[in-house]
Amino acid sequence: MIFGGILAGGIGSRMNMADMPKQFLNLGDKPMVVHTLEKFLLCPKIEQIYIGVHPNWVLHMEDLVNKFINIRKDCVHIVSGGGDRNVTIMNIVDAVERDYGESEEHYIITHDSVRPFVTSRIINDNIDTVLSHNICDTVIAATDTIVVSEDGNMISDIPVRSKMYQGQTPQSFQVNLLKKLYRALGEEEKAVLTDACKIAVVQNEPVYLVKGEPSNLKITTVSDYKVAQAMVGGKVVD
Amino acid sequence: MINYVYQLVAPGTFSVKYEEAQFESQVIIKPRYMSICHADQRYYTGQRERSILDRKLPMALIHECCGEVLFDPSGKLKSGEEVVLIPNVPGEHSDIILENYAKGAGFLSSGRDGFLREFISLPEDRLVRHEGIPQKLAAITEFVSVAAHSIRRFDCISHGIRNRIGVWGDGSLSFIVANLLKQAYPGSEIIVIGKNPGKLSYFTFADETILRDELPAQFEIDHAFECCGGDGSYYAIEDIINHINPQGTVMLMGVSENRVAVNTRDVLEKGLAVIGSSRSGRADFEQAVSWMKNERFQRRLDMIIFEDEKVSSVEDIHRAFRMDRNTPFKTVFEWGL
Repeated sequence: MIFGGILAGGIGSRMNMADMPKQFLNLGDKPMVVHTLEKFLLCPKIEQIYIGVHPNWVLHMEDLVNKFINIRKDCVHIVSGGGDRNVTIMNIVDAVERDYGESEEHYIITHDSVRPFVTSRIINDNIDTVLSHNICDTVIAATDTIVVSEDGNMISDIPVRSKMYQGQTPQSFQVNLLKKLYRALGEEEKAVLTDACKIAVVQNEPVYLVKGEPSNLKITTVSDYKVAQAMVGGKVVD
Repeated sequence: MINYVYQLVAPGTFSVKYEEAQFESQVIIKPRYMSICHADQRYYTGQRERSILDRKLPMALIHECCGEVLFDPSGKLKSGEEVVLIPNVPGEHSDIILENYAKGAGFLSSGRDGFLREFISLPEDRLVRHEGIPQKLAAITEFVSVAAHSIRRFDCISHGIRNRIGVWGDGSLSFIVANLLKQAYPGSEIIVIGKNPGKLSYFTFADETILRDELPAQFEIDHAFECCGGDGSYYAIEDIINHINPQGTVMLMGVSENRVAVNTRDVLEKGLAVIGSSRSGRADFEQAVSWMKNERFQRRLDMIIFEDEKVSSVEDIHRAFRMDRNTPFKTVFEWGL
């Protein structure tokens, strides 16, 4: 089975514009997480969708699903998220296995709830790639030169730009492989490796690339939010 | 849900409109296959008048499309059903005036966004199931329905002497009109008049094909379908008026950007009926689908369809439009956006 895992565990500390976590802010007439969820619901290959939400916001998310979602509502499951991104993903994996058992045929397409501009093309390319290669990450080629600085004061390296990509989501995994890779990490590594694909990379497990879109932006800051509102022609709520 | 709408903003330039889609009351469809029409090319290449382009753009092109139902709030269509999309937006309801001519009627890809979109929402009555027809062929159902529409009107209007019917034009529309006429009137001789010997050689089902320059003076037909459009309209209409028998019916189907001079003296003298036929309605789509279920007809359609590579980016849309200009008949492509 193919599952969607929408990561909505953030508490919005970087936005500083409202007490509400950013994924619950309106984009146009609906909260961002609802837009993201609807895109996944309109992909027929994704059979069930799990949303990982901070425990304090589970009821709020339930209300949003009841209020806004009118298609395939019974495919939507809300999971209490953990302290970081990977814990939230693993909570979703636990919920998937509780509901549908363990299987080598289980795949999960994980996605940031604050990337509501994801396209069905990107989702479908993730599905095709994870089915053939077990792990994939969505990226776009870097347009700016990437500069590395070890100390934050001086440049320590400027990598060749043509080899640089910017990571987006979805990130997709064969569920059993993801579990195996995560369990192989020590507690210290788990705390440091906040990107799910990096868990695979550090263990030399191949991660394939899927082409993203510049428009699949992550709405993290106030200016991102203003750009996103302008893109959909909505009003900015400050 | 934020829907991606791929709009033509100026000839040769697409831009994405991010549209907050409200799908509550309509059927949601994922487009699967599309086909390019001359009308799309005229916008894409900027052949329309500047004032028209200024008024109608930005706009998503494409009105020939089939897709998959994702959700129907009315429950009449099931998720996964394959449907053809009707681009007509009906105008004032009338028991006499057909939906595609009614006042207030609209058309998706003429002043409103066409089907170059990530997802499409339409009322349930704008969708026709195409079970039994491969998607690649179903993509051109709208085009077939336009031919079906003209034949339906012809059947209502023309007198009963239908021994010889002439079809002017050697393009895709002419191919389908001539083929459907042969099916609808097996006792009639269907004669196709064109300019390009290579294209005419595809019309093996016709009783006769004639190069326009070689039309004999004594050539006669009872009725005629003009399927040329553009600059060819003038010459085709001129030929038709010259060679048609009295009280014949002339079905005009080709679109011309310029005004066309017509020999009205002979139109009057012969008592001709000159009928404009444009677009189609639901009944014509249903008729087209019924015809297209016939495997022999499917094989015929296959001959005039070029399937381009899947479209998965804006660059691919440009490629499909460029490819279409270099193919003699219809270009279809799988929609992967």
